[in-house]
Amino acid sequence: MADSTPQSGSRVTRYSIRFVVLAYLLVLLVLPLILVLRRTFEHGINPVFTALTSSEAAHAFQVTAIVAGVAVIANTIFGVGAALLLVRHRFPGRRLLDAVIDLPVAVSPVVVGLALTLIYGSREPVGGWLTRHGIQIIFSLPGMVVATIFVGLPLVVRAVAPVLEEIGDEQEQAAYTLGSSPWQTFTRITLPSIRGALAYGVVLALARSLGEYGAVAVVSGRVVGQTQTITLFVEERFDNFDQASAYSAAFALAVLAVISLLVARRLRPAGTAR
Amino acid sequence: MSISARGVTKRFGSFTALDNVTVEVETGSLTALLGPSGSGKSTLLRVIAGLDTPDSGVVEIGGTDATRLPPQRRNVGFVFQHYAPFKHMTVARNVAFGLSIRKRPKGEIKARVQELLELVHLEKFADRYPAQLSGGQRQRMALARALAVEPNVLLLDEPFGALDAQVRKELRAWLRRLHDELHVTTVIVTHDQEEAMEVADEVVVMSDGAVAQVGAPQEIYDNPVNEWVMTFLGPVTNLQGALIRPHDLELSTEPSSDGLPATVVSLTRLGFETRVALEADGQELWAQLTSDVADRLDLRPGASVRVRHRGPAMQTIAS
Repeated sequence: MADSTPQSGSRVTRYSIRFVVLAYLLVLLVLPLILVLRRTFEHGINPVFTALTSSEAAHAFQVTAIVAGVAVIANTIFGVGAALLLVRHRFPGRRLLDAVIDLPVAVSPVVVGLALTLIYGSREPVGGWLTRHGIQIIFSLPGMVVATIFVGLPLVVRAVAPVLEEIGDEQEQAAYTLGSSPWQTFTRITLPSIRGALAYGVVLALARSLGEYGAVAVVSGRVVGQTQTITLFVEERFDNFDQASAYSAAFALAVLAVISLLVARRLRPAGTAR
Repeated sequence: MSISARGVTKRFGSFTALDNVTVEVETGSLTALLGPSGSGKSTLLRVIAGLDTPDSGVVEIGGTDATRLPPQRRNVGFVFQHYAPFKHMTVARNVAFGLSIRKRPKGEIKARVQELLELVHLEKFADRYPAQLSGGQRQRMALARALAVEPNVLLLDEPFGALDAQVRKELRAWLRRLHDELHVTTVIVTHDQEEAMEVADEVVVMSDGAVAQVGAPQEIYDNPVNEWVMTFLGPVTNLQGALIRPHDLELSTEPSSDGLPATVVSLTRLGFETRVALEADGQELWAQLTSDVADRLDLRPGASVRVRHRGPAMQTIAS
């Protein structure tokens, strides 16, 4: 192929672009990860093990699992529903909904956190009413779940909608003529057709939820041993000069993220082919 | 079961797809809805199936009002133009779908699927996926799937439209035989007049969202109600201001014979038939002859002939 593009200038350009891109990725992505890895294991595996099994770390992992788990389930259900609504139905406000779904990508999570505090804070009307009825949203798990749902909102919708568009609704119509109810049609026809894309979206949403920091930091109140997620734990340990714990937990998060991305990559082709 | 659609109107925005259409389909018949694209034939089929809801009008299946029934409760078999196979299911599970929805016993489903796959000659393909089938095989699978639930009526939307000519002809003949065997009331939508004439007992010609003519294939071909129907149903040419079928023209090279004097412009041979382009009184027309007749007349471009319309009377239509 190099022979067919004889101008050496273009080759130089090509190589320099390649170099810049690789260097960029190296400095911004690979190098920091390697450094985290090195720092984590600089005293061997035992301190890492100790740090990750401390009761605070274990609790933080648990909080993250609950918050991310609930948020992903909610976003899966909402995501499939919203994608069906956007692709299969025409209604006034459809374009607005379409635009609003992408809002969490554009809005900083910190803003999301502040906005939630303004709604559900115990001194605000809605939050006050809820507090009087014994429901606390801010500084507790519900608020953290809501914040995490918000930041992961578009991921399932945007993974599923194009596939729904592509498969069309003829199979669903065929199922109806064969006597299938709407729910049977959804579970037997629609869901199996989108399953690859759905799994991809769910994994992305999970990765996003596990790593969420900003919105959760605002609404959680960062109560150690209560509302501290693993990302908040990393930050708190770091501020308290407990670098071993901070790096160990950061390393664990990075491993989870890489696993998620590998799974997502494997699911991606299936999602587009089906 | 009979189908009766009365006064059906359906609009999509400002476009009127069906304008007060009334069509009756007799029990056990094979009726073709024939028309060019945009004539409303597919919409009418979808209204009968319940996939589209009419703005006004009544649809009755087997004498009961089905206008407000959702498609899943009409017990119709519908075959889509692009077959709409369930891509994630094997051929056998595609065919079994309607039965498994109805929660029939496993053994019964298995036996019925086997029987249907034999009927459509797909028994060897039971474990394949739709993507592994040819167009014609997918078509037959879709038909078996629709027939599995023993539908009251079978509705086919351009069932052969996406197939190549050879397969289309085979499947057409096969569908006709199948219908003679099963006697299920069938409505087939097509834009191909030859297809409609070949398979159907009755043809409903549609144009611009309305019914133009209804009748047996031969009847509407021989007695079209207007120029548009005549032109749509088959080849036409113009002889002294009258619209006629080019195969009803007789040519003679005898100078003494009666008829309109004309000059041969060109000849096109298509196997058994030969099309002769002619000029008479400064007007162009063409005749359709069998090739042996054309050979016997020894026609050449530039030859003088006499043109005569064969048959009892000339098909004159006021335009």
